[in-house]
Amino acid sequence: MASKAYGSFAVKAGLAQMLKGGVIMDVVNSQQAKIAEDAGAVAVMALERVPADIRRDGGVARMADPRIVKEILGAVSIPVMAKCRIGHFAEAQVLESLGVDYVDESEVLTPADEEHHVNKWDFAVPFVCGCRNLGEALRRVAEGAAMIRTKGEAGTGNIVEAVGHIRAVNDEIAMLSSGARGAEVTRAAKEMRVPEELLNRTLELGRLPVVNFAAGGIATPADAALCMQLGCDGVFVGSGIFKSSDPERRAEAIVRSVSHYNDPAYLAKMSEGLGEPMQSLDVRSMDEKQKFANRGI
Amino acid sequence: MKRIGVLALQGGSAEHVYALGEAAKKLKMTVEVCEVRKKEDLADLDGIVLPGGESTAQGKLIEDAGMADGIRKIRKIFGTCAGLILLARAIESGFEETSHLGLLDVSLHRNTFGSQVRASFETKLETTKFGTLDVIFIRPPTILDVGKSVSVLAKFERMPAAVYQKRGSQHLLATTFHPELTTTKFHEYFLKL
Repeated sequence: MASKAYGSFAVKAGLAQMLKGGVIMDVVNSQQAKIAEDAGAVAVMALERVPADIRRDGGVARMADPRIVKEILGAVSIPVMAKCRIGHFAEAQVLESLGVDYVDESEVLTPADEEHHVNKWDFAVPFVCGCRNLGEALRRVAEGAAMIRTKGEAGTGNIVEAVGHIRAVNDEIAMLSSGARGAEVTRAAKEMRVPEELLNRTLELGRLPVVNFAAGGIATPADAALCMQLGCDGVFVGSGIFKSSDPERRAEAIVRSVSHYNDPAYLAKMSEGLGEPMQSLDVRSMDEKQKFANRGI
Repeated sequence: MKRIGVLALQGGSAEHVYALGEAAKKLKMTVEVCEVRKKEDLADLDGIVLPGGESTAQGKLIEDAGMADGIRKIRKIFGTCAGLILLARAIESGFEETSHLGLLDVSLHRNTFGSQVRASFETKLETTKFGTLDVIFIRPPTILDVGKSVSVLAKFERMPAAVYQKRGSQHLLATTFHPELTTTKFHEYFLKL
């Protein structure tokens, strides 16, 4: 009988490829998970609290109680993701043993290690990690991440940071692709602290070498369409759905808007009468220390 | 020129666009490959590929866009993984399921092995037409039973992994794995149908 190779990079990255054009939603219980699945989410992120509540409550935010993760795993047939703290490989081991489909090593939780991220090559479960620019993205890929997302600024309902991060990655790739010669690429790789081979592969492809989703601050169908038009492969919506006044309708509208992101008339229809979006924050009035995105760079 | 569509509502559609292009080059065929997102895009298609992804999300988006009837009429259809689930006549799982297109005479079970870590893997697959291929399974469905008019092109661990059915004048091709990630053999076969 043919042998099976589990947990290879192609297998890890492959699951992310199948999530493209989709929406991954934060959920805190099985009821929300069902709503997300019924609305057409491609995966759910199992959490104890959504980012807006983590921000409000303060203190140390950790991996969710396994009871919540198991409850959600049992409730839906779509993939289930869960967050571990940056560098907290023991939390990642726990999540892997629970049978989650993807681990998000997330800046939304309080980092456990100021120097190191999890060595993701040690795991069979795939990881997604956040980034603000090309260097961060490629450092995470070099550590074994099979999927990348922007950090944005989670729990704010404000898209401005995510847009900045998408553009930073796009601009850096475009700049280095046009006219950077061998020595310049070598220097750029050194500055970014990433393997030169990985940077070269990225420049050849003209995009990140793994699937790249937008995350952090997406609150409306138009926000989702904006990220897709800027070149993202899909979107995460955190607090944006279950902190709004009508989660079912908003979830469905965002799912459809990601599929039809280039159709403004359709987006208009999807945006109409959705009720109140989540309560939002102006990122400019925030102290740098309050920003999750500055964690784990 | 023949037009082949790739359903691009959700999932790994870009991989199929690429694989079809490579397959056409190998066959020295001129084929126009296009992404399909709305009902109007279905006009004049000679064939359509239903890509991998999440079948619950895809099924819902097909229904929203009112595309099911249009897809059912296309002369040849190739479904991989989630695309196979959409094509199947019957779906058995612990969750509420409705069949979507209900064309291919197979019954199947979704996500048989559970999570990504236990259910997704690379392996070598023996096929009846293309020899042994390196392939990737990602949270695959399992085909439990096939109708009399369905031929099995590959088996994995005794279960059908690739099937073909001629249904009237319509050709249906489907796999539980993802040929678009590793080989163009199935795409070449599909283009020649």
